[in-house]
Amino acid sequence: MVIFSVYVVNKAGGLIYQYDNYVPRTEVEKTFSHPLDLVLKHHDDKVVVSFGQRDGIKVGHALLSINGVDVLGKNTADGKDILEYLKDPANYPVSIRFGRARLSSNEKLMLASMFHSLFAIGSQLSPEVGSSGIEMLETDVFKLHCFQTLTGIKFIVLADPRQSGIDTLLKKIYEIYSDFALKNPFYSLEMPIRCELFDQNLKSALEVAEKAGNFGAGS
Amino acid sequence: MTVHNLYIFDRNGSCLFYNEWNRKKQAGISKDEEFKLMYGMLFSIRSFVSKMSPQDMKDGFLSFQTSKYRLHYYETASGLMFVMNTDLSVSNARDTLQHIYSNLYVELIVKNPLCPSSQTLDSELFSSRLDSFIRSLPYYSPRAA
Repeated sequence: MVIFSVYVVNKAGGLIYQYDNYVPRTEVEKTFSHPLDLVLKHHDDKVVVSFGQRDGIKVGHALLSINGVDVLGKNTADGKDILEYLKDPANYPVSIRFGRARLSSNEKLMLASMFHSLFAIGSQLSPEVGSSGIEMLETDVFKLHCFQTLTGIKFIVLADPRQSGIDTLLKKIYEIYSDFALKNPFYSLEMPIRCELFDQNLKSALEVAEKAGNFGAGS
Repeated sequence: MTVHNLYIFDRNGSCLFYNEWNRKKQAGISKDEEFKLMYGMLFSIRSFVSKMSPQDMKDGFLSFQTSKYRLHYYETASGLMFVMNTDLSVSNARDTLQHIYSNLYVELIVKNPLCPSSQTLDSELFSSRLDSFIRSLPYYSPRAA
C-alpha cells in the first residue's frame, strides 16, 4: 500500500505545494544494434517511444540515457540531436535506458490547474442538483482523492487504488495546513508553502496513513 | 440506485448517441455545447491521467465521483467512448458499458449496412433495445423523488 504524492492547489488553480512520497522505478536499459527496432519521436522536448513495445520498454517511455550518459531533453550530453545520432550506424551497438519521464515542476503546475478546471466541469455537467466537483478519480494503477475546503483550497492525494483511510488523511492534511502554514507569520496566503514544520508533519501523517490503511491482498 | 444518462462519442468527439433516464439537473447550455464540454473534459482527463500516473497503465481512466453522482467511462480500442452517469451506489459499471458496446452497438449499428457509424445514430431498434437494457439493469430503479 502506498501513497504516491500530495498536491495542494489554491482557489485560483495555482499549485502551492507538491510532495512526491513514492515514485516507482520503471526504467529499463538495453543494448541495441543497427537498425533500431523501436520507433522514436520528439514529444514535449523529449524523445519518446511511439511504437514497438518490447522487454519492458513501453510506448510513451522517454529516452533517459545513452551509453550510461544522461541525455539533455532531445539532445545528447554533447549537444547532438538524439534521433540524428541514432540514425548513424557507426554509433552502434548502443546501450539506451528508457523509463517513464519524471514530471517537471512546470508540468506539475500545469496538471494542477488542469485538475482545477476538470473539477469545475465535473460539477457543471452533473445530472443531480447541488453536486460538488470531482472527489475521487479512479484508474487501474492509482486513485486520486480530492478534498476542497470551504475556502476553496484543494488537497489532492494520489494513492494506490486499494489504499483506505484517505478521507481521514485529507482532513489531517487540512489540519496540518491550518496549524503550520496558516499560523506561520512568514506565510503569505495563496503563495507556495515553504514551512519546514508543515513538511515534517505531512510526512509523518503519510507514514501513519500508509501503515493504517491496508485493504486487499497483494502488498 | 439509478442511471442518470448515457453518452456515446466517436473518436473525433462527435456525440453519436445521448439518452437520459433520471436526470434532475440540466447543464444550462444547449445539448450541442454540453456534448462538446463533456468530450473536452474526458479528453483532458485522459491526458491528465496518463501524465499524472506514477506507473504505466493498462485501462487508464475508469471512473470519477463527486458528492452526488459517479461517471463511468469505457473506451474501445477503436476510440469509441461510452460514458454513463449513475448515482454513487453503483461501484462498477464496466461490464454494463462493455455489454452495450459488444451486444448492442456492434450487433445493431456496425452490422447494419444502412447505419453509417460516423454520425448521430438514428436506429430505432438500437434506441429501444438500449432503453430496455438500461431499464432492466439491477441498479435501475427510478425513485419517485
